[in-house]
Amino acid sequence: MIEDTLTEEPLEIQRSEPVEEPSRQVKLSRRTFVQMLGTGLLITVTHGVSLGQRAGGRSRQSTTVAARLHLNQDGTITVMTGKVEEGQGSRAQLTQAAAEELRVAVDRIRLVMADTDLVPDDGITAGSRTTPYTVPAVRRGAATARELLTRLAAKQWKVDSNALNVHNGTITNRTTKKTITYADLAKSKDIDEAFKQTIPSDVTVTPVAEWKVLGTAVPRPNWRDLVTGAHRYPSDIIRSNMLYGKILRPPSYGATLTSIDLSEAKAMKDVVVVQDGQFVGCAAPSSFRAAQALQAVAKTASWKTVPQPSSKEIFSYLKKNARLGGRSRPRTRGSIDKGLADASKVLERTYEVAYIQHTPMEPRAATAEWKDGKLTVWVGIDWPQRAQRDLARTFQIPTERVRAIVPDMGSGFGGKHSGEAAEEAARLAKAAGRPVAVHWTRAEEFTWAYFRPAAVIECKGGLDANGSLIAWEFTNINAGGAAIDTPYNIANTRILSASSDSPLRQGPYRCLAATANNFARESFMDELAAAAGAEPLAFRLAHLENPRIRTVLETVATHFDWPARRKKVTPELGVGLACGTEKNSVVAACVEVGIDREKGEIKVHQVCEAFECGPIQNPANLLSQVQGCIIMGLGGALSEEIEFEDGKILNASFAKYRVPRFKDVPQIDVHLINKTDIPSAGGGETPIIAIAPAIGNAIFAATGVRIRSMPMRGDLLKQV
Amino acid sequence: MDATITLIVNGKKRTVITNSERSLLDVLREDLHLTGTKYGCGEGRCGACTVLMDGIRTLSCITPVAKAHKKMITTIEGLADDDSLHPVQEAFLAEGAMQCGYCTPGMILTTVALLKNNPQPTDEQIAEWMNGNICRCNGYPKILKAIRRAAAQIAEVKTP
Repeated sequence: MIEDTLTEEPLEIQRSEPVEEPSRQVKLSRRTFVQMLGTGLLITVTHGVSLGQRAGGRSRQSTTVAARLHLNQDGTITVMTGKVEEGQGSRAQLTQAAAEELRVAVDRIRLVMADTDLVPDDGITAGSRTTPYTVPAVRRGAATARELLTRLAAKQWKVDSNALNVHNGTITNRTTKKTITYADLAKSKDIDEAFKQTIPSDVTVTPVAEWKVLGTAVPRPNWRDLVTGAHRYPSDIIRSNMLYGKILRPPSYGATLTSIDLSEAKAMKDVVVVQDGQFVGCAAPSSFRAAQALQAVAKTASWKTVPQPSSKEIFSYLKKNARLGGRSRPRTRGSIDKGLADASKVLERTYEVAYIQHTPMEPRAATAEWKDGKLTVWVGIDWPQRAQRDLARTFQIPTERVRAIVPDMGSGFGGKHSGEAAEEAARLAKAAGRPVAVHWTRAEEFTWAYFRPAAVIECKGGLDANGSLIAWEFTNINAGGAAIDTPYNIANTRILSASSDSPLRQGPYRCLAATANNFARESFMDELAAAAGAEPLAFRLAHLENPRIRTVLETVATHFDWPARRKKVTPELGVGLACGTEKNSVVAACVEVGIDREKGEIKVHQVCEAFECGPIQNPANLLSQVQGCIIMGLGGALSEEIEFEDGKILNASFAKYRVPRFKDVPQIDVHLINKTDIPSAGGGETPIIAIAPAIGNAIFAATGVRIRSMPMRGDLLKQV
Repeated sequence: MDATITLIVNGKKRTVITNSERSLLDVLREDLHLTGTKYGCGEGRCGACTVLMDGIRTLSCITPVAKAHKKMITTIEGLADDDSLHPVQEAFLAEGAMQCGYCTPGMILTTVALLKNNPQPTDEQIAEWMNGNICRCNGYPKILKAIRRAAAQIAEVKTP
């Protein structure tokens, strides 16, 4: 479950979950397949495709060319992936990947995403994995297809394939100038046989220096549908004769239903009421009507509640329940005891991070339809095959009787790894004998979706007589181990990620615990620098060997004019910096913060950030991701915090829970570094991790007050 | 209570018989199947549900459908003139001012209302006007650029 995924990198654990192997091979007839793709032009698949294979995840399990792509007779190419698009840009990027290797323009690629009947299983869309794993998988598939097509042309012309050129979907014999297009070859019966080939893991892909499509600012192919309202998000799916469902929620966490009277709701016209143990839901022709029916049910419900800790005591609660021994093993270097004993100065600090909610613009939503014993769901989830497996298990039907489709959805930020609405809609649809849509309200999303975990992070650092850091002890309680290792060169370290007993349901969030760990580490580095009487940038560089982090740190310091700006610090105007690394990318940020201690206000004026994630595949999209991370980071840094008491969320609305808005947007300067001699890494997460500590460090620079708890509230400055 | 409500939606007269307490948003989406208008919060705090009612920006999630009786409603589906996009839509495309795009219809319609009231807004005026519209992808910098572009485009059209 999600809770288990926090102490380690989540996907590794998810990958070891038991999976029903036999049902993952879905055989489709050509006819079914053509109907599904709806092109009528599909020609490459005649003997059934093996779908549902794990293809573009970390493992390099085999996928056939046919499972990855299809040539259409009109010259377009259908490419299939299990990844979802939720605003992070995978649709454009994977389209580019295929176009690059097939040597065609992007408008020739038709990308089918996240439909379990059509696409291979590329693993969950999470952890910045599309770039390092799925893009290469698609490139290998496309490159293999290009080679097979070239070989077919060579065979037809009885020449060596080295004598041929491929450009814009046309193969040319350099000597005779004879040409043949992919569309021509698509008619050849040899294609079927050729595309049954497994994609080799060592197929040569285009080197970065020769990229023509990758590396460019290709727009998302369906953008026009987003500005016209034509695109159907998961919550926009309407089926004929469909009902809208509402689900009975407990009044507090842990509450159990002891009795309920469904009779009044059942007597309502056009209303379907379902109870299955603790599950109670109503469906009706409109969501308004369904809500009325649910109200009639809810007022009769009796609940048994259990005591729950509140947000006021959360940090002591997490600390008290921390599992510091047992399975949690620290990572060590040298001897922490000796390092601390040898230190001439030891600092000990505790940092805290509040629970926050992802609040994707589109709350959880699904439409479910049963037809001839087969369940189809359209659902907002990061992994269609997970929805498929979960639903098959719930309804005790074979996996191939479930089709899960994820239309490009309204964001997630790591918050949509679970597809609760799909199961709820499917239960109601089964009982109603009609399709049912379940759309969570904002309050439901705030309350019943999982949260980014709260954290207590205990730090101990030892400085020698020269002001060098020689001991580092770092324990994260509850939030997890992402980016927990220090990138700084310290001889004696002890680093531990310890689980605890989270009272709230918690799960992944953009960059997982890296934000919490980097907040604590980079704040503490600043505190140690101050204790050593050192300048924060110089102190970091003195302990930093990683050349990539050094580059972003030096880049951002130069662009921000760090040394001069630091000299201009006043009690009302602070500057701060922070850096970090996660998911094979590196980031550094400098910020300027204005402070009004009378009003207790903290206002970020400027963020200057440098980011590097290897060769940039789509600069416009990467810029969007970095800008988005920076501003999203402001929310967690300054205002976002879930308040709860007696198992109830006290601020489950945008009125009470402050997310960044237009007026909060500072001047933002982004410096993207295109490092072409390493593989590309994802860029949608790591840019968030430098923001909170840079702000905290700027507040300290101005006021001398160190705020050690996220969010860093301005009223803390007032009381001092 | 059910009532007969007439709406002029995107230039077409639509009549619905429905409970008059239902929100305009629900009626647009569930009865008229105009799903371009989005639910974001249900309390008028995020702007995703923005439509134009008699040209004025209106939060459809907190507007009872009865209040829209006989009113001209413009939703995102009705903004383009057939195949020709509205300049604000064009500007959002040109700047790539979308990530997931779920807030985009509300952003676009709020911008249309802004530029109608104030064709040459300053950045401060833009932020003030748009502050009720949330983008959780936090794509504000590019949305701001798109609004500036649309304003410049409209000014250009007006000054021959």
